[in-house]
Order: sequence, then structure tokens, then C-alpha cells
Amino acid sequence: MKFGVVVFPGSNCDEDIVHTLQNILGQEVQKLWHKETDLKGSDFVVIPGGFSYGDYLRSGAIARFSPIMDSVIAHANKGGYVMGICNGFQILCEAGLLPGALLHNNTRKFICKNTFITPQSHTCMISSNLEFGRGYQIPIAHGEGNYYANEGTIKSLNDNDQVIFRYCQEDGQITESVNPNGSVQNIAGVCNIGKNVFGMMPHPERAADYLLNNTDGKELFEGALELIKA
Amino acid sequence: MATSTEQLATLDQAKEMGLQEAEFNDIIKVLGRTPNFTEMCIYSVMWSEHCSYKNSINLLKTLPKDGPHMLVKAGEENAGLVDIGEGLGCAFKIESHNHPSAIEPYQGAATGVGGINRDIFTMGARPIAQLNSLRFGKLDDDKTKWLLEGVVKGIGDYGNAFGVPVVAGEVFFDETYQVNPLVNAMSVGIVKTKNVISAKAKGPGNAVYIVGSATGKDGIQGASFASKDISADSADDLPSVQVGDPFQEKLLLEASMELAETDAVVGMQDMGAAGITCSTSEMSAGGGVGMDIQLDKVPLRQADMKPFEILMSESQERMLVVVQKGKEQIVEDIFEKWDLHAVQIGVVTEGPMLRIYMHGEKVVEVPADSLVLGGGAPVYTRESKEPAYYAEGQKFTLDQIAEPSDLVVVARQLLANPNICSKRWVWEQYDTMVGTNNMSTNKPADAAIVNIKGSNKALAMTVDCNARYVYNDPEKGTEIAVAEAARNIVCAGGEPSAVTNCLNFGNPYNPEVYWQFEGAIKGMGKACEALKTPVTGGNVSFYNQTAGEDGGALPVFPTPTIGMIGILAHQNLQATLDFKYKGDLIFLLGTARNDVNSSEYLHSIHGILNSPAPYFDMKEELTLQGCVKELIKNNLVNAIHDVSDGGLYITLCEMGMPRGLGFDIVTDSEIREDAFLFGESQSRIVVSVTEDYEDEFIDTVVEHGVEITLLGHVTRGKLVVDEKHFGFIDDAKAIYDNVIGEAMAHKSE
Repeated sequence: MKFGVVVFPGSNCDEDIVHTLQNILGQEVQKLWHKETDLKGSDFVVIPGGFSYGDYLRSGAIARFSPIMDSVIAHANKGGYVMGICNGFQILCEAGLLPGALLHNNTRKFICKNTFITPQSHTCMISSNLEFGRGYQIPIAHGEGNYYANEGTIKSLNDNDQVIFRYCQEDGQITESVNPNGSVQNIAGVCNIGKNVFGMMPHPERAADYLLNNTDGKELFEGALELIKA
Repeated sequence: MATSTEQLATLDQAKEMGLQEAEFNDIIKVLGRTPNFTEMCIYSVMWSEHCSYKNSINLLKTLPKDGPHMLVKAGEENAGLVDIGEGLGCAFKIESHNHPSAIEPYQGAATGVGGINRDIFTMGARPIAQLNSLRFGKLDDDKTKWLLEGVVKGIGDYGNAFGVPVVAGEVFFDETYQVNPLVNAMSVGIVKTKNVISAKAKGPGNAVYIVGSATGKDGIQGASFASKDISADSADDLPSVQVGDPFQEKLLLEASMELAETDAVVGMQDMGAAGITCSTSEMSAGGGVGMDIQLDKVPLRQADMKPFEILMSESQERMLVVVQKGKEQIVEDIFEKWDLHAVQIGVVTEGPMLRIYMHGEKVVEVPADSLVLGGGAPVYTRESKEPAYYAEGQKFTLDQIAEPSDLVVVARQLLANPNICSKRWVWEQYDTMVGTNNMSTNKPADAAIVNIKGSNKALAMTVDCNARYVYNDPEKGTEIAVAEAARNIVCAGGEPSAVTNCLNFGNPYNPEVYWQFEGAIKGMGKACEALKTPVTGGNVSFYNQTAGEDGGALPVFPTPTIGMIGILAHQNLQATLDFKYKGDLIFLLGTARNDVNSSEYLHSIHGILNSPAPYFDMKEELTLQGCVKELIKNNLVNAIHDVSDGGLYITLCEMGMPRGLGFDIVTDSEIREDAFLFGESQSRIVVSVTEDYEDEFIDTVVEHGVEITLLGHVTRGKLVVDEKHFGFIDDAKAIYDNVIGEAMAHKSE
């Protein structure tokens, strides 16, 4: 499995995901510069967090027009794995690879804190290999993480098992009181209908290094890697 | 050298730009002629307080600068540099952005963050952590809320996009800062020592580049603005406030990191205060060379900018780079990759003259050295006078206040005090985790611990200053600020290494302010000497005051913010402050005293400001810190937290909150209960210890000669003092966590 991490001008979690995949999980990783179009044989493309192009217009709105994105879209359409984290999730929604949109947090403020999320989709490999009913402590850091889609879309997401994570309490219970940003039905991440493109606002790569005293995010990657290898 | 476009300057203009008559005459002496208007502008900013340190440098020179770990001496480069071994250095510095933040809190604070980070990465260091120290007026005031909201959003929006975590900080509220808030930002970076980039220009014939953003009319004369009193008219200075673009800064960072890996760069300096003027003159003077600069080559944001406007502009996200002749292409390619301007605007010359041309016409010719600190910039020692309030305050004694009948109520009031409560509302708006090196997110401690990836080491860092202590006793108060910073580092498992300071004071021409400044520097010097933490650099911000109702000037509390760096020889030395297990024994290390001096308790509960500084003795402090280092090394304590603002009771609550544990303690019958619980006498640390290790723990403490008191034990959540029920930790936490958020939610529109 060869990972490719896209670097846009303004990406700032690229090094973190490279560190996690390469040094913690022992995977082969290469960076993909936004001006290029070659995915260099990557099997699994990650769009990292950050503020691509400054995010001055709307988060992810400019990045989706970068040369590399045409290749990423083609890769996804062929069934290749693509994962967007935080700003990466926003970019995938802007690019039409994932349904819905990320609006301003209902608090109108940037929020960075630990949250708990619980796996939902039994058919998407990013969540299916995790412990259902459990709360995984994964931090968020965003100003626009309020997941929105119209009623019909939400229904089809639920019907097709496309919701991968919801915000929950430490004990795994999903309650409105722990919804950090106003996301519809506490949705923290979704995948496409083909289950090969995933996006989530929380940062699992920030919970992967034992030195940070939280490795719930590492379990998330390990769960997926196990399925890919199998 | 008057030309058709360049009128000779007049004394009136000089005064208007903030220079004194004697300084104007000095300029004429240096040049052997009257300066033209543009040259006058240059001198006015370079000789402003902000750039020249003219009223502080004499005293700053007395601070200890050398230490075993210093790679660069104070003031020699953009920031201090400490050797952390394994071929790595730590560059760090703190800087103020008080005046801009007072009138435009969002941009003022944002550009403060931008400026301090550029100081770090122009040295070739990648910033890995940020800290900040903020001071505002009273929290229940609407103006304060506006300022707080803007400053926090400014710091957050800039730093979050830039991608460097905020790992620690302090926020303090007092009416002294009502008009003039303090915004101090610190950045810490890591550099391969072989890649350190100098701030000096060298080698005549080498190319001078301006890189980064285009130059506009923003921030013109910002340095002069920072060098005068904030007043009701300050909003007229709005164009002096710059506008920040963190995206450009991020690109500039990445380009600089790539530059540092090449051998194409001779020197590089950030354009902060006084933009092109300051960077060209300081780089030239630093390297003993001159420069010829063509202003018409500078990329501009708007047409028809005059030479003085281009020279004075403080447009953000720009840097001056001196490039090795013949290696220009390497530099241009890197900036091309990051879509940034990189334009050659001049060459290094034999010196000593700085010559500036516009469309072929020479508009400035001045000796570079005559402009800068350590060169021709003026140096003054000002008149100093002990203020009357000082002697008055020394007379205070504990028996002048009655002990409140119900300390449970007092305890609750202190938990809800804005200076004591959690600053969660503030730091949740900052990205505290980007970079995946903040080891404190899930392990709270007195100082932030930041991992150095690729090594077994970590950095500890903190910012500290209790300005009320400093106001009441500048010398001792500042000693305490340094000692507390070091104590925080030690309690987190680190070895204190070096200091950067941000000296926020009133108008130095006011003898009472200068007296405060003298005392603070003296105390800082003493403490840094004793703790072996040299001062590597920092920043002085005078003129933090406003006109009082009677027209007289009211300086802010003297606020010498201490930023301190420490090193953890191994990451596993990290210590934490949270109680771990019910039943653990709770001990106090250090001596309890009948002392409520300068405490938050004395001020907020009894309404008394003037009193001596809290008890402090450096010898006791050193003994205590030595003891703590050994306790942590031998893994004998489960939790450790120093006693500071709010006193012992607050310390215990803070230790209990993370895991919802409480405490059951007894006080000392020799000490008044309010002083025991809420006094802030220094050099005290609370620890929790597993019963199994009690003997070994006590032996170690006794060997070090530190006084030790068994206070009680950790409970499941109940708070008990002398068998009296003080409530439950969850209720205490609910109060403590939400004070600022609730205040901010109740803003009258």
C-alpha cells in the first residue's frame, strides 16, 4: 500500500499525517505537490488539514481547482482510496467527491479540543473494523466543521450506511449536548456511495503518537490497514 | 543633498515625528548637513524608542547574557538561540503588539503573531510552538469584551492558519489595562545549527532581495506610533496598524525553510517595524557594510507611492534577503515554487553608506551605522523617583484585615475570579495541537511540554508575570516572575535554560515609571543570575498608559513578562499536575506563611491593592527546585503543581479537576486560615504521593532540607478543609470552567 499526501499551499497538517503513516504505522508515504498531476502510483491519497490557499473565499473552494485534484478525482472514480481530514474533507465536498458541505460552526468560533466520535458505518473500511458503541477520543480543530446536507441526502447517507462517525459522549452515547459545531445528526464524517472516498473533520493523526498520551486515532488507521491488507 | 523632490527637513517636522531638538541637531552633525524629508523620516523611526531602545538599553545591558547553552548572544540576531544538543538549536523570542491591539484588536494581535514568528523563521528555525500573554481591563466591561474577543480571534485566525500550535499563555484582567491592553506573543522554533541564517549583510557585490508580499501604505510610521502614549486620539493613528495575511506567512515560512537548506543566503531579516528602512540599515550596520537600494524595483500594492512611504511601510509578510552573488537563481526558483515575490532591489556595498534611489535619483544617503542601536542611535538614562505608593504599601500587615467568617464563600468567589478561573474560552479558539508535538494536551502540567521529533528530548516552556506583585515591588516582583517561570518548568520535568522578556511599562520620561523599570531590571538580573537562565533577547514596550481624568498620565502596572524555555533531557521526565488516585497522600513542599501580600484574595475580596510583594527568598526557591528535580527523576510523585495565583486552595482544586478527584486536608494552627488557603507566599509546591513510596519520598525531601507538611489525602470528589465541607470538585470545576464564556455571552449590544 502506497500512500500519497497532497500538499497545497496553506496545508499545515501534511507533516503530521506523513509522520503518522510513515513513522508510527510504518507505511510508504510520498508527498504530492498541488501543481503536479502525477499521483506517482499512490494507492491511497490523503488530503490533509490546513488552510489551503488561505481559505479566504470558502474552505476548500480554491483547492479543488488545483492541477492535482483532477488526478485525485480520476483516482477516486476508478475506485481508488481517498481520505480527506478537516480541510481535506471540505475540499472533497467542494470537489463533489463527497455529499454535503461544511458550514461555519454554530458557535461562530474556531474550536480546537478533544471530542469523542463513535464508528457508524459497518460497510466502510475506515470505521467497520472499530469497536461499535465505543467513544474514540479524536480532537477537532476547525472554524467550518458544521456538516450540512439536505434532508434527502441525509436520508440516503443513512440508508446507504455512508455515515462513518458521529460525535458522542466519552461512553459512546450520541447526544446533542456533545455536538461541538452544529453538525446535522452529530455527523463527524461520511463516505461516498462506493465506500472508497471518506472525509472526517476530527484529526485521527493527532491521536496517534503515544507521546501525546492518546492513541485512539492510531487504532482507527490500524483498523483500516488491517482490512486493506486482508 | 536636497533635490527637486526632496525638501530639507525642519526642526518642526522632526518634533512632529517624535524627535527632540537635540536629536535633530545630532543628525545634522552626523550628516554634516541638514537631512532631507525622507532622511528625516528614516532617523525618526530608527531613533524611536521602538527601534533604538534608547531609554532602556543601558539597563538591559546589565542583564546576564551568557550561559553554557547559548549559541547566539542577546541582540545579535533576530532571536535568542539555545543549544539543545544533537545538532539542534532552539530559537525563541517574545514581542509586544500592545498599541495596535488597543485600537484594532483583531489585526493588531494577528500581526503581532506574524511578526514574532517571522523573527524565528528568518533564522532558519521552524516555529513549533507559540505562547501568549494577554492583559485587559475588567472583564465585566463591554470595551474589554470587545478587545478580548478581537485579540483572541486575531491570534487564533493568524496562528491557526499559519499552523503552529499555541501551547501556553496567561490572561489577566485589571482596570489598569482598561484603555491599553497588553498583547505579548512568543514563538519557539527548532533549527539545525548548521542551517542558522544570520541577520547580517556581508560581501560587497552580493544581491539584496525583497521577498514575500508587495508593499502598500499600511503601517506607515508604526514604530513611531508604538513610541507614544495611547490616548483618546489614538484611533486617528489607525493607518499605522498593519494588516496580516497568514497564508502569505505560511508560504514565506516554507520558502525560508527551503532557503535554509541551501548555501545561497548570506543573511536574512524580517521586515517588522519600519520595514525596508530598519531591515536595510540593521543588516548593513550588523555586517559593517553599506547598501545601494533601488526603491522603484520594490513590488507595490498601489501606484504612486512616495519614497518615504515605501521606506516606512510596515506591510506584513516581507523579508530582506542578502544573496550570495551568482546564486540568485536558486533563491528565485524557491520563491517561484511558493508563488511569492522575490525581487532584487539592490546590492551590498563596501559601506558605510546606505544609499537609496528612486528612478535613478538618490533620495537618501546616510551612514547605516548612525541609525542603529549600538551604533549612532541615542542612548539615555532617565531620571528615576520612588513613587509614594511604594512606601505606603510596605506598611500593610495581615492584622489590618479581618478574617472572613465563611471561607467556603471566599473559596467559591476565588474560583470564579477571572484571573484565577480557566481560560478555556480563550485557548479553545487556538489550534493547540497542530504539529502533533504538544505533549500537554492530555497531560496537564505547570509548563507546556513540546516534543522534539526525531530526538528523545522535549522542550518545556512558559510565560509568567504577576504584574500586581511587580507594581507593589518592582524588584522583588520581577524576581518572583522569573522564579515562578523556572518553578513551572521544573514542576513539568524540565531544566530551566534561558529567558526572553517583554517589558511593558509606562512612559519612561515619567521618573516613577523609570523607577519601576530600574527595579524590574535589577530583580530580573538577580533572578536570572541565580537560576542560571540568561536573557537572550526580547522587546521593550514603553508608553503603555493613558491620560487620566485629571489629565495626568496613568501608567499600566509595570509588566515584565518572562518567557522561559527549559529542556527535558528525556521525554519520560514529563511530570503532570493532576491527582491520579483516590487515597494518595497530599504534601506541601516549602513553608506556609502568614502572608496574603499582593494576593488575588487581598485584592478581590478585601479590595486592597497596595501591600508588599509576597514572601520570596531565592535560596529557598533554589533548594526547593533542586528537590523537585530529584523527586521527578526518581518518579516519587504522582502529581505536582506549584502554589500561585489564588493560593493553596486553588492549587488543590486545579489538581483535582482533570480527573474529578477531591481532597481532604488540615490547615496549620500557627497560620491564619485565610493566609494558609489563599495567600500567595512563594516557593511552595503541592505533590501527591502513593503511600508505598511515602518513606522514600520523605527521605529525599528531608535530604534536600525542604520543609514538608502532610496536608491530607486525595478523595473521590469531596473537598474538605479541617473537617469542613467545601463542596464537590465537579461543582468547583463547573464554576472555574465557565467564568469567561459566561461573561462573554452577556455582552450588551
